[in-house]
Formats: sequence, structure tokens, C-alpha cells
Amino acid sequence: MSVEEADITGVLERVKTGVDAFDELVMGGLPRARSTVVGGTPGSGKTVFATQFLAHGITHFGENGVLVTFEEPPADIQANMSGFGWDLAKWKKEGRLAFVDASPPPNDELVIGDFDLAGLLSRIQHAAKSVSAQRVVLDSLTQLFDHFIGDPKTLRRELFHISTALKKSGLTVLMTAERNSEYGEITRHRLEEFVADNVVILRNVLYREKRRRTIEVLKMRGSHHVEGEAPFTLLGGRGVVAIPLSSLRLEQHSSTVRVTSGNPDIDEMCGGGLFRDSVTLVSGATGTGKTLLVTNFVAGGVAAGERVLMFGYEESRGQLFRNASGWGADFAGMEADGKLKVVSLYPEAQGLPDHLLTIQGMVDEFKPDRIALDSLSALERIAPETGFREFLISLTSFIKKREIAGLCTATSKSLIGGESASEQHISTMTDSIILLRYIQEQETMHRGLMVLKMRGSEHAKEIRRFSIDGSGMHLGAPFKEAPNVFRE
Amino acid sequence: MAARLLRLYIAGNSASSRRAQQNLERLRASLGTHGWDVDVIDVLERPDLAERARIIATPTLSHDDTARTRRIVGDLGDTARVLEFLGIDQRIRHER
Repeated sequence: MSVEEADITGVLERVKTGVDAFDELVMGGLPRARSTVVGGTPGSGKTVFATQFLAHGITHFGENGVLVTFEEPPADIQANMSGFGWDLAKWKKEGRLAFVDASPPPNDELVIGDFDLAGLLSRIQHAAKSVSAQRVVLDSLTQLFDHFIGDPKTLRRELFHISTALKKSGLTVLMTAERNSEYGEITRHRLEEFVADNVVILRNVLYREKRRRTIEVLKMRGSHHVEGEAPFTLLGGRGVVAIPLSSLRLEQHSSTVRVTSGNPDIDEMCGGGLFRDSVTLVSGATGTGKTLLVTNFVAGGVAAGERVLMFGYEESRGQLFRNASGWGADFAGMEADGKLKVVSLYPEAQGLPDHLLTIQGMVDEFKPDRIALDSLSALERIAPETGFREFLISLTSFIKKREIAGLCTATSKSLIGGESASEQHISTMTDSIILLRYIQEQETMHRGLMVLKMRGSEHAKEIRRFSIDGSGMHLGAPFKEAPNVFRE
Repeated sequence: MAARLLRLYIAGNSASSRRAQQNLERLRASLGTHGWDVDVIDVLERPDLAERARIIATPTLSHDDTARTRRIVGDLGDTARVLEFLGIDQRIRHER
């Protein structure tokens, strides 16, 4: 079947890359028998992405591959990729992977007159035939331009020819190319213009002293794709792990099952408790009792026979346990019973995408019924605003998809009223919002609690006084003439 | 003096491959007694040999006898530079 015919058929068969969230961006995977250029600056993860594409085909679909290396000899790639859990040497031995070593040999070489790349094409086709390959990677084309530096026109013509020939034999082709800058021209030598049906960009941007890696689909010929940059991270043993974003559809079920917040008064204010698959935000200034509400939420869950996972980003396990015991909750005992798991992490220890993966990994492992995060504000300080928003979207949809009850805290920057950036971001993403505020009444400062929002349910509208003592939080009468709690 | 062995890697009947063969033949003829053997390898028929020699471009003229392999990529259109690269005495060229 020729490439032209494939264009007309409309429905393109998809080839999964092994980066799940990326496959979602491109409607299931890269189109079969098409070519894709993956562009990126040095160190952006091109080789990892390309190798993963081959590895996934070999290990998951019995689709063998050919790896054409222009920069490093195969032995180096084998060594570099072993850390991601890919045993290229073994696959080669088993006849599932073939190498074409196109790295520059140590020869004296001179170019005199016209030439073509039939030698390279014939070697790739030979290798593909020898392992019955269905996927081919060329990494990276830019090196070829450095090798034949005086003949960019010839190379363009020849690469077009190679790309066309490989596609005609049904191979799905992935080629990497270098970029000079993160937001400049798409690739050096404008490779994408003549060899690629699809263009993908990997970025590695330094922002506020943090590396932020993203993947973006720039072009998919004859097919839709999700626009925008999706964050990803490189993980030992796994390779490229992208974070699904806009591809997430709002397909979560809405549960009508209520669970306790751990405080009967608040349950009542919420119309009978929190929903099982909802995310609740507790927002308040420092010292208003957010961590106490988290403790109640944890203890209430365990008392109801649920499994609870808690992440602390502001305090150590020791501090969290001490706080809890001060309010009569025995975290150590709950952990010993296997009902609770408390994870305390320093926010700066890793980037936000890694934090998200840590949370997802722990949820998959511990299988909790509810999860608490204290606090989002601590995580917010380590990431750029866009990164934080992406993190929140991914986190809340992940929690809801697993039908877990979630409780997060956010710290208001001002003591009375006001909004923090995280509140602005998260308020639209969470199902319920509980505000804790300092409220001044004449000469005295009181604490007030209100349920600002409760998706899918009636809730109390008044602002209730509350006090905190050794046995926890006690709600009192509503404020009669409360000042504006949103005041800056 | 033993004949030099040159390998010329070509790709079937492509224009540049044909020109390279013609240019090399003309050179050999012009050098007369100065003997070299030329082994022509078609990468389309013998991709395994192309793989072994790690050929990327065609035509490629390879001189593997010296300690360091020397290669010329292209149709060998510039005779003077070909001879220079192969280390063939310029004087011989003047005799033709």
C-alpha cells in the first residue's frame, strides 16, 4: 500500500509508544507507516523517548525494531539505556532488535562530487528484514548533517527518499533531530519540513532554578492531536513518563456515597458528609486549624474502617504524629494496624511531576480509600504557576478516577481573608471548599469556619465560630454580623 | 609492487554510481602499468558487505590497505583530488 493510499483511508492504525500520556495526546499512538520527527535540545530526552518506542514494541506487542545510531556506537547506547530497564543486547541476541551503526568511523574521508545515501538505506532495509522489524528509529539525523556538512541539499533529498522508502515497506519511523533553543526554529536544518508527517518537541527548560521537561505535539498530518505542552519526567527503570493533562476527559463517575470528614459538625454542614470520590480543599491562614482538620479526616476514615494515605509536605513524620496525638489520634497505632500510611516529603526533594508520580505510585501500592495532602501551598512554592496548575489538574482527576476521597490544604497568605494563588487554581477543580478564617469581632479575634462550596449537594451557608482545644475542633454558633471573609 | 586493492561501493544503476565507475575506469586506464585492483560492490545486492564496512553514502571508494582507511564519497569527478587523496604521484598523472 502506498503512502498516498494511506492518506485517503482516513482511519490511521496507531502504534503505541510506551509513553501512555503521550499516546493519549496523539489519539492512541503514532500512525503506523508514518514518519515522526522528535526534536529537542541536547539532553532533552530524545534518545530515551526513541528507545522506549522500540522497547515498548518489542516487549508489549512483539513488534521488532531497528535502531540506527548516528552519534554513538551501539555499545554506548546499550550501556546508557540499561538504566531504564531496557536490555538492548539481549533483544539483539534474540533477534528482536537490530542495530545499524552509522556513527562516524575513524576514517579519513573526503567528499568529491555527487552522492546518495543508498548505502544507509540498504543497510536499514537489510536490518529490518533480518528481524522482521515494524519500528525504526534514526537517532539523530542532525549528526548526518554535521558529517556531510557541505551538502545539506543532497541530505534533504536523500532523507526524504529514505523516509518514503521505509514507510512504503510498512515501517513506522521515528527520527530525532537537534534543536538549538527551546523556543526557536523547530529543528536545525529544518529537517521536519521534508521528512516528517508528524513533529514532536521535547523541551527541557530551566525555570526558577528547576528543570521543567515537557513534550508537545506540533503537527500530526491527517490527524487530530491535543495541543500544548505536557510535563514529563525521566525515571530509572521506566524511561519517559508523561503526565496526562487535557487529554483527561471528565468521565469520572459521581458517587452519591457520603463519607465522614472526621468531624460530625462539619459533616452536618456539608449535608451529611463528603462525597466518596470528591476532592475537598481546606483553606486558611496559618494557625487556623488546617492540620487539625486533616488529622480528623485521617482518624475519621480509619475509625470507619477505611485505609488512609497521608502526604505531609510541611512537617516531618515525628511532628505530624505528635500533633495527632495531641488531638487524641494515634497515628502510630493506625500505621501498625496497616490502616494508615503517612509519607512526609520535603517539597524541594523533587520536581512536581515526580511528586505526582510518587503520589500515584503510593496510591497504586497502598490502595487507600481516602488521601490527605498537607499542604498544597508547600508544593506550589517549588514550581512555576503553569506547572502547579497542571499538577493540580492531574492530581484531582487521578484522585477522582480512583474514587478516593481527597482532602487538601492550602495556606492563605494573609491572616484575615484573602486568596492565595493555589486557591484560585484549585477552587475550580475541587468539589468542596472549606474556609477557615480569623474573624475580628470588636476587640476579639475569633476563628470562623464556612463551607463555601459543595458540588452536588446542599450545604450550610453560615459562618460558624469554632474553637480548638486538646480534644480537637468544636463548632459553635454562627456569627451574627460577620465581616467579609474574603476581604484582602 | 603489489597491486593496490580499492573497493568501490555503488548503488545499482544510479547516475552517480555509474559516473563513479566510469571516472575510476578512466583513471586506471590513464595510469597504465601502475596496477590497482578494483572490487565493485553493489550495496543493493550485498547489504551485508555495506554493513560490515559501515557504508552510509554511495558511491564510496575505500582504500583499506593502509593503516588508516581512506575513503572518498561521491562520483569521483575531480581527478586531481582523487589522485592526491590516494597518494598517487602527480608525475604519473602528467604522463597520460
